[in-house]
Amino acid sequence: MPIQRKKIKSSLAPGWYFMQGDEACAEGAIAAGCRFYAGYPITPASEVMIRMVHRLADIDGVFIQMEDEIGSISSVIGASWAGAKAMTATSGPGISLMAEAVGYAVITETPCVIVDVQRAGPSTGQATRPAQGDIMQVKWGPHGDNEIVALAPWSVQEMYDLTIKAFNYAERFRLPAFILADEAVGHLRETLVVKEEVEVWDRYKAPGLPPFGTEERNGVPPMPSFGEGANLLVTGSTHDSWGFRKTADSAVQARLTERLVLKVRDFKDEVIETESYFLDDAEVGVLAYGFTARAALQAVKRLRNQGMKAGLLRLISIWPFADEAIIKLGKKCRVIFVPEMNRGQVAGELKKYTTTPVISIPKTNGEVIEPGEIVEGIRRNMA
Amino acid sequence: MKEKIFQMINTEAFPTPFCPGCGHGILMGAVLRAIAELEYDMKQMLFVSGIGCAAWIPSPHFKADTLHTLHGRAIVYATGAKLYNPKLKVVVISGDGDLSAIGGNHLIHAARRDMDMTVICANNAIYGMTGGQVASTTPLGSMTTTTPKGNQEPPFDLCKLVEGAGATYVARQSVAAPIPLTRILKKAISHRGFAFVEALSPCPTHFGRRNAFRTAYDMIQSLKNSCISTEKIRGMSPEELLGKIIVGQLVDKGTEGGRS
Amino acid sequence: MPDKAKKKEKVKKAVNIHLNQKWCKGCYICLEVCPKKVFEKSLEVSEKGFNPVVAVHPELCTHCLQCEMLCPDLAINVEKEG
Repeated sequence: MPIQRKKIKSSLAPGWYFMQGDEACAEGAIAAGCRFYAGYPITPASEVMIRMVHRLADIDGVFIQMEDEIGSISSVIGASWAGAKAMTATSGPGISLMAEAVGYAVITETPCVIVDVQRAGPSTGQATRPAQGDIMQVKWGPHGDNEIVALAPWSVQEMYDLTIKAFNYAERFRLPAFILADEAVGHLRETLVVKEEVEVWDRYKAPGLPPFGTEERNGVPPMPSFGEGANLLVTGSTHDSWGFRKTADSAVQARLTERLVLKVRDFKDEVIETESYFLDDAEVGVLAYGFTARAALQAVKRLRNQGMKAGLLRLISIWPFADEAIIKLGKKCRVIFVPEMNRGQVAGELKKYTTTPVISIPKTNGEVIEPGEIVEGIRRNMA
Repeated sequence: MKEKIFQMINTEAFPTPFCPGCGHGILMGAVLRAIAELEYDMKQMLFVSGIGCAAWIPSPHFKADTLHTLHGRAIVYATGAKLYNPKLKVVVISGDGDLSAIGGNHLIHAARRDMDMTVICANNAIYGMTGGQVASTTPLGSMTTTTPKGNQEPPFDLCKLVEGAGATYVARQSVAAPIPLTRILKKAISHRGFAFVEALSPCPTHFGRRNAFRTAYDMIQSLKNSCISTEKIRGMSPEELLGKIIVGQLVDKGTEGGRS
Repeated sequence: MPDKAKKKEKVKKAVNIHLNQKWCKGCYICLEVCPKKVFEKSLEVSEKGFNPVVAVHPELCTHCLQCEMLCPDLAINVEKEG
């Protein structure tokens, strides 16, 4: 794919830092080239915004606190079309408000990054408490079919690294990319290691080529910016490859909806990322992601010490979903446990890909899942 | 200059989808004439619109960068683009429902910020595209599909609303007076800061037919008769002004300001 | 005598009224608004389903441009010749 990949100097001096997850996320954005931030205060994501206000001022970036989340995501999209790498951060209630705009970013193929520092819901819920309840929402929040990218960090380091990746995927695929963090990893303080260089990807530019369609059925078109003389026709209505509204053309609608999905699905291996622990000879699988995966790893170690052949598959990318990794896991293990801070959202998704029994270990009391709870949950079900 | 207009449009998108006699078509011409007379290059412009008939004025008809967004949200998409590239000359063209009902919050905040942009509100006092429902600007007593017994809710005075929020240029005119309208559009577009133009634009299909206007021309005539300029109202009593619509420049705080 | 002759010589510049029938939608605003009644409805019905507008008396045009500016479809172009 003809995007530009380059290595640039890190925005922070290389070294070790002791930082909060939300702050590390903001640093990752700056490192990736983010120069526009629009946001609205919401617990537990406000710290991302506060860090951005100071950092963007240092480097001549643009910051604005908007009147609501809809204003935030909308101005992020507008700025992206003006050429910016742009981001906003919020929590569950804000993602709900942003749904329509996310759909707009999907159909207009606008690169942007949205950080969801998940909190206990539904609705106002418990603002200061962690959860993992927005897994489905970031993909299915808007109406219609949405192929997006969503990554789930489990550490402050990943809040930095995965935010950089989110920007890169957004540019590569021209879509909204989510960071599915949670209050636990967002407010956690931990070591962040900043290296000399960062790899950043820039959007494909090709003046004169259509900005909203490709010859290939699964291509990503080049993206002009406002002010380049491209006479851009950006619209949320169904459009042809030049952006002309085509609300009564079945062939155009078919081609557009297919390409928006295939441009990601056909290349999902570029995004899908998992990590395995003790899976080689595992019989009992544990599947976890985000902050919960830390406890899951502990739990698997304890079970191994107790003689159980347990293993952990950690999802780093949530969307596109690691279907092949799940199929493999299902073939290897005789049961898969999925601890998560929701009522079984990813557990349900697994069942699409394997007939191996999937047992959900849900916890939605606003507290993180502890290793002992996972061990207990597995033992109870194995008895 | 006239040839210039035809260079500023995507002629392949014409004839427009607007109904016969739609005021928005007249407004489109006035906007193009204003930009041509200002000698602004379409390459430096960015037209942003929401959802509704008025939002189709720039998109896809203007040969320039156009951003056709979501219902009520044109102003905030425009804000992002303008803040990141202040060189863009940003003009929002959208309808009364789009800008003041679902988009009302964004309208007042952009005015409060004195965001450097021009907002042209094509006010036809109804939701036209969806078949003629009542809007936040529909006059009391008017018939619409959702007020079959006549509208019971008082409408906004859009200009007062925006002035109260902090806009530094506010004007109202009607498409029945295209020369004063173009003059006002020129001032608004060249204004530095938040400029708001309420352009009264008749909807013969949905407002007209339900409210006893037989033809598009009848609505143009009605606008001509009820609009009265700010100069002429001096010394007139409230009784004399009943049923009149005040047009002209209502706020003009010079060209010093503007956040961008 | 010479003054009257001079007056006759002050011939009005001929006006070309281009009416783009492809873009015209038959709203008849131009017809109604023209102070000199230059336009009339043609008697045939066009394939679009209405009686098209025709500039029947262009010689009466005073170049006020009301028709051009009030046409919602940019379908009228009034040009002075010469």
